[in-house]
Amino acid sequence: MSVRRLAAEQPETFAFTPENLDWARGQIKKYPKGREASAVLPLMWRAQEQCGGWLPEPALRYVADMLDMAYIRVYEIATFYTMFNLAPVGRYYVQLCGTTPCWLRGAEALKDTCRKLIGEPNHVTRDGMFSWTEVECLGACVNAPMVQINKDYYEDLTPNTFEHILIDLREGRKVKPGPQDGRHSSEPFGGPTTLIDPKLYAEDTSLELGPEDVEYALLDNEAKKPSEAASQRETPIPKPPLRDSTGKKRK
Amino acid sequence: MLKDSDRIFTNLYGFHDWRLKAARARGAWDGTKAMIERGHDAIIEEVKASGLRGRGGAGFPTGLKWSFMPKQSDGRPNYLVINADESEPGTCKDRDIMRHDPQLLIEGALLAGFAMRAHESYIYIRGEFIREREVLQAAIDEAYDAKLIGKNNVNGWDFDLYLHHGAGAYICGEETALLESLEGKKGQPRLKPPFPANVGLYGAPTTVNNVESIAVVPAIMRRGATWFAALGKPNNTGTKLFCISGHVNTPCNVEEEMGVPLRELIDRHAGGVRGGWDNLLAVIPGGSSVPCIPASQCGDLPMDFDSLRDLKSGLGTAAVIVMDKSTDIIRAIARLSYFYKHESCGQCTPCREGTGWMWRVLERMAKGQAEKREIDMLLNVSHQVEGHTICALGDAAAWPVQGLIRHFRHVIEERIDAQATKPLAPSVPVAAE
Repeated sequence: MSVRRLAAEQPETFAFTPENLDWARGQIKKYPKGREASAVLPLMWRAQEQCGGWLPEPALRYVADMLDMAYIRVYEIATFYTMFNLAPVGRYYVQLCGTTPCWLRGAEALKDTCRKLIGEPNHVTRDGMFSWTEVECLGACVNAPMVQINKDYYEDLTPNTFEHILIDLREGRKVKPGPQDGRHSSEPFGGPTTLIDPKLYAEDTSLELGPEDVEYALLDNEAKKPSEAASQRETPIPKPPLRDSTGKKRK
Repeated sequence: MLKDSDRIFTNLYGFHDWRLKAARARGAWDGTKAMIERGHDAIIEEVKASGLRGRGGAGFPTGLKWSFMPKQSDGRPNYLVINADESEPGTCKDRDIMRHDPQLLIEGALLAGFAMRAHESYIYIRGEFIREREVLQAAIDEAYDAKLIGKNNVNGWDFDLYLHHGAGAYICGEETALLESLEGKKGQPRLKPPFPANVGLYGAPTTVNNVESIAVVPAIMRRGATWFAALGKPNNTGTKLFCISGHVNTPCNVEEEMGVPLRELIDRHAGGVRGGWDNLLAVIPGGSSVPCIPASQCGDLPMDFDSLRDLKSGLGTAAVIVMDKSTDIIRAIARLSYFYKHESCGQCTPCREGTGWMWRVLERMAKGQAEKREIDMLLNVSHQVEGHTICALGDAAAWPVQGLIRHFRHVIEERIDAQATKPLAPSVPVAAE
């Protein structure tokens, strides 16, 4: 278990933006009548995104009211699930995987990089740009060591490439998510040992993509523009949230 | 080696487009309607005959699991829940299915849902997989738009598929904790019985299956159970996604035949052990929860459920974590113990207290600041955690420790001896947390 508490300083109020409210109502419809509480995790997550990466206490009450749940039920969820940040984080929130598969491949060295460029874990830099924390396995073990910065995974890191990513983010330059050593995804470095029979793809004419042509294979346009993917986080209230494909309308 | 033509996940690496059109060109959604017309029980029988065992770690026969679902409804709906909360350290196979070949999963969900007479299905994806979630949701939307799923779809079985996400709790990969979480609660496992097939999601009959188990079903139906059963060995059939991580030259995911020898797997696909095969120290063959096995047992070891069980380890999720001789094995296992301490849900005392206790002792042992009698004490405590908790997290926390002591007791003892010759720092009592 990890012991987690709400932050001492909290804002007065919270309300979803109209766009988020629409989205939230759509989410609730996914679950049967009387089971609206099922939507609590997605709604809290959206509230956290709207608040710039952390979940203030008024947001917990807001979500609880919306789903007709007791406040304590939502509080206990906020402290149970570790992806809910109960105190503010940096604009670039670095989650560094330290579990054994990453540890075997040099996660400790990445921690040193974090200490050098950002400081101690769970502290926001003075300019508000960065904070970092060590997390448990993020499920990209064949691309170890890796970190997650906001929504994106940065994989196959060395202290050097990781340092460059952090500096580029700080300077506002583009960074590319995914493997940093030239791999495309989870294939062996140097090219796949399997799935090389062209007959498999005889009818797959949509593709003239070779390994070098394929960007990060994602739908979200932002994801293909790495600097935006990593840097754009919903600012509080006025700005509508980044649209992602969880909205039904998106094509 | 498995032939390319026998591989199910033809876009495992994402070199090709994941979208519906390209997925169909690779064979997805081919003849799905005809499979459904064969009837509910024909699908269950086919999956049973294929010998498919659950790919989430426990290896329970998938067809048998489906047959537990009630055939006559008592007014409650049947639910299919797909476990995409992939968090077992070492494992990253479902991620590739979801981001690169999502239509296989969606088609499998329809077939499995039809087989168990479920009109609604939820996929529970781990919260950290944000980009994967976006791709999967877009793929589901495409399938809806093409009327492959949804109400009045072309395949003739009304089927709604919803994507739900978690928020960073390993325990939600346990099926009843997952159901609790999906109902909007803390992810704390339920006592069984009643089993989910009787009382599951929202109190209704539910089957929880791993992503890979579901995603291979369309291939089994298209090519036939005999094709699948001919791969691998009896009782350990088919293909399997292996995740090879740690001290190998080229870590990777790869689809291979069940029972592939470990050395062939590592040498052929992962570029061999760093520094050569002789530099191998130990392997954790199935994700962090299974006991490690020393190099001496690794050579021709077939990677399947039964062979690994005979070595008192397990295939688990087939996540092979390789450690070479530079590894501090005590520290590697101590880090896993920290993981289980962090992820224990806190519901059962043996696990909540035991995981932290084992971690603290292992941290001391990694420094050699322990006594030799504590090794047996640690083993004893691990046996008191194992089997005395509601879910298997207690077992999963105990097994790596037991594996360490079984095979590397001498390393712990040597370190204690080495430390004993140095002056000891005064021990500081540490409070339980």
